[in-house]
Amino acid sequence: MTVRILDTAFDPWSVLGQYRPASAADGQFGATAVFVGSMRDFNEGDAVASMFLEHYPGMTENYLQKIIDEAMRRWTLTDCLIVHRVGELSPGQPIVLVAVWSAHRKAAFDASRYLMEELKSKAPFWKKEQLENSSRWVEHNTSG
Amino acid sequence: MRVHVRFFAGLRERLGIAGREIEVPAGTPVAQLWSLLVPGEPLPENVLMACNMEYVEPGRIVEDGDEIAFFPPVTGGCR
Repeated sequence: MTVRILDTAFDPWSVLGQYRPASAADGQFGATAVFVGSMRDFNEGDAVASMFLEHYPGMTENYLQKIIDEAMRRWTLTDCLIVHRVGELSPGQPIVLVAVWSAHRKAAFDASRYLMEELKSKAPFWKKEQLENSSRWVEHNTSG
Repeated sequence: MRVHVRFFAGLRERLGIAGREIEVPAGTPVAQLWSLLVPGEPLPENVLMACNMEYVEPGRIVEDGDEIAFFPPVTGGCR
């Protein structure tokens, strides 16, 4: 169960390649569900040049750990990993990686969806978009 | 007693306050810190509040040394 907040660009596929899930002995898990969210270059009809992601150091990590603990309680999981960017981002860069390891696919799919939705609705992160000639705080997240 | 109050993101920029120490009487609810720090500014309906890095309701009574935070709706993950 790992939470990482990174202030520089990361490659989710190399993070996954290097990550050793808990109880990673061969045969311990039969399913791995992975979600990667990246930055778009458009929002609400405007081109977005870059974005700044702010967080609440301490509370953000605590909250992500809390939703992982809850996922481990609700489903039978081998391990969970959440990596989330903060700081300056450019379009195309990964923002978030959620990975869940489990014996069976249903738990892995359901738990990764749960982690992503909880993260989006409650984890303390805030996006500020830089448009061509102005900047704005994103007011609310999309529903899906 | 003394508490530390923090504002984040758009709220911090709009109010021009990142953090402030404030002396309050015992029994003060979290939401009241807002009117003490930014008098005349209505408490936004969608504002979120935390005490010692855990979400709390506006009526939560603060204790000496608490870190209280006010922040706008969160927008993490991808959109």
